[in-house]
Amino acid sequence: MSSLARPAVAPEALLAVHDIEVIYDDAILAVAGVSLNVNKGAIVALLGANGAGKSTTLKAISGLVTADRARVSRGSIHFLGKDTAGVAPNQLARQGIVHVLEGRHVFSQLTVEENLRSGGFLRRLGRRELERDLERIYAWFPRLKTKRKTQAGLTSGGEQQMLAIGRALMTRPTLVLLDEPSMGLAPIIVEEIFEIVADLNRRESVSFLVAEQNINVALRHAHQGYVLDTGRIVLSGTAQELLQHGGLHEYYLGGKAGEAVPATRAE
Amino acid sequence: MIFFLETLIGGLLAGTMYSLVAIGFVLIFKASGVFNFAQGAMLLFSALTFVSLQEHGIPFLQSLLLTVVVIVIGAVAIERAVLRPLMNRSQITLFMATLGLSFILEGLAQGLMGAEVRALDLGIEDTPLMLGEVMVSQFDLVAASTAAVLVTVLALLFNKTHIGISLRAVADDTRAALSIGINLNRIWQIVWAVAGCAGLVAGLLWGARQGVQFSLSLVVLKALPVLIIGGFTSIGGAIVGGLIVGAAENLAEVYVGPSIGGGITPWFAYFLALVFLHVRPAGLFGERAIERV
Repeated sequence: MSSLARPAVAPEALLAVHDIEVIYDDAILAVAGVSLNVNKGAIVALLGANGAGKSTTLKAISGLVTADRARVSRGSIHFLGKDTAGVAPNQLARQGIVHVLEGRHVFSQLTVEENLRSGGFLRRLGRRELERDLERIYAWFPRLKTKRKTQAGLTSGGEQQMLAIGRALMTRPTLVLLDEPSMGLAPIIVEEIFEIVADLNRRESVSFLVAEQNINVALRHAHQGYVLDTGRIVLSGTAQELLQHGGLHEYYLGGKAGEAVPATRAE
Repeated sequence: MIFFLETLIGGLLAGTMYSLVAIGFVLIFKASGVFNFAQGAMLLFSALTFVSLQEHGIPFLQSLLLTVVVIVIGAVAIERAVLRPLMNRSQITLFMATLGLSFILEGLAQGLMGAEVRALDLGIEDTPLMLGEVMVSQFDLVAASTAAVLVTVLALLFNKTHIGISLRAVADDTRAALSIGINLNRIWQIVWAVAGCAGLVAGLLWGARQGVQFSLSLVVLKALPVLIIGGFTSIGGAIVGGLIVGAAENLAEVYVGPSIGGGITPWFAYFLALVFLHVRPAGLFGERAIERV
């Protein structure tokens, strides 16, 4: 593992989401006018309460909205400068966007190792390369190695979250969309997972867009953040700015919904 | 005692013929959650293709290979024209699509290749064989060995290859499979092709036994109780389900039949399936979701 300390050079946009609107079943508007950017090598937090549209935004980016009978009806998403409209999710994964779904979604009937292997298939690796990549993941998540022959469905919640991230890393992504990694996990495990994410970001310069309800832990590890409320971005800024912003918690109680809030942009 | 053993063994071996048909269903159901009503039509279509090729003087092996090619092309066409446009629709929609597909395939097969009964000779003699004191049908033995080979090949495919692991991944969690770049359309094409080949094997054996004709597509109805008993998601279940149905049918016909007027083979399997639905609705080997509490 090479430690690539990325200097703060002029940030390049890895992902640019511009004013998207997502509609389920041609009837239900889940996201209305979300714009956000993820720069190369950044960890960006997407914050908001249940139902604010975080998962839908991530699915729009990974293309998985189509699997939920939804579509991006307005706006555009550019990944590495290219418009992703109409590109199938498996093609986007090939281009470097991988989505770690909310609730882990490990292949429960497959073993831990088979789960990891499946992540390597899209690159059509040779046997030796696949083994090397597996060892790389095991180095990041030593716990997975001890459970490699266990059926994934029988591992603990924390292990499943690590497995889902490890499986995603097997695709060698540029950008990982991480949906609610803290869900249902003990604080100490959540902390461990975020530490690994931050480490991966620092040492392998993988970028992350993390959807979270847990503001504190997310902002402590992120560089930038966006706050979503009822399908709209209501606040954005550096993690530092957002942490200091007094009204942040209000959005979780719905207190400021609808009120005009000056969005501070620091890029 | 020997008579009982003969009845039992005869039933078990005959049951593997049902298993062969059921395996095709399991493959498609596992990968896409669709109950493929067209499996019987695929079975008829492939057997008819094979027989027609043989009638044109093409040798056995070449005919077999050509039929497999036709099956693969058919699988890709079905995925493109039927499944892909209906992706994400309800299960009943997909089921109705396969129902329509079955009639199209049956019609096409008979229109292109004729509706008359064709004899199919696989060169297997149907003479009884003596194993010790027990008499066994040689044809049944060949059918059972074929089933064993098919299951072994499928097990290797599923557990050792990338395609196999991808198939199981899709069966387990379609969205997650998509998220890590597994090409769902490709997987469906492969599954339908493999199920078609399993159908070909079943079609040839059934065709050799009862002639290749329209009624061949109806053997799928015998696969239903097998699936209910064994479980829709397990190939092992299809095998065990077939064995149970075969043995139970034979034993019931011989020992229960006379007291209620005989002729219970056609319906006894369904009776058994109904009992299983009450006792074990997921079937013997049906996958129950693993969930942590």
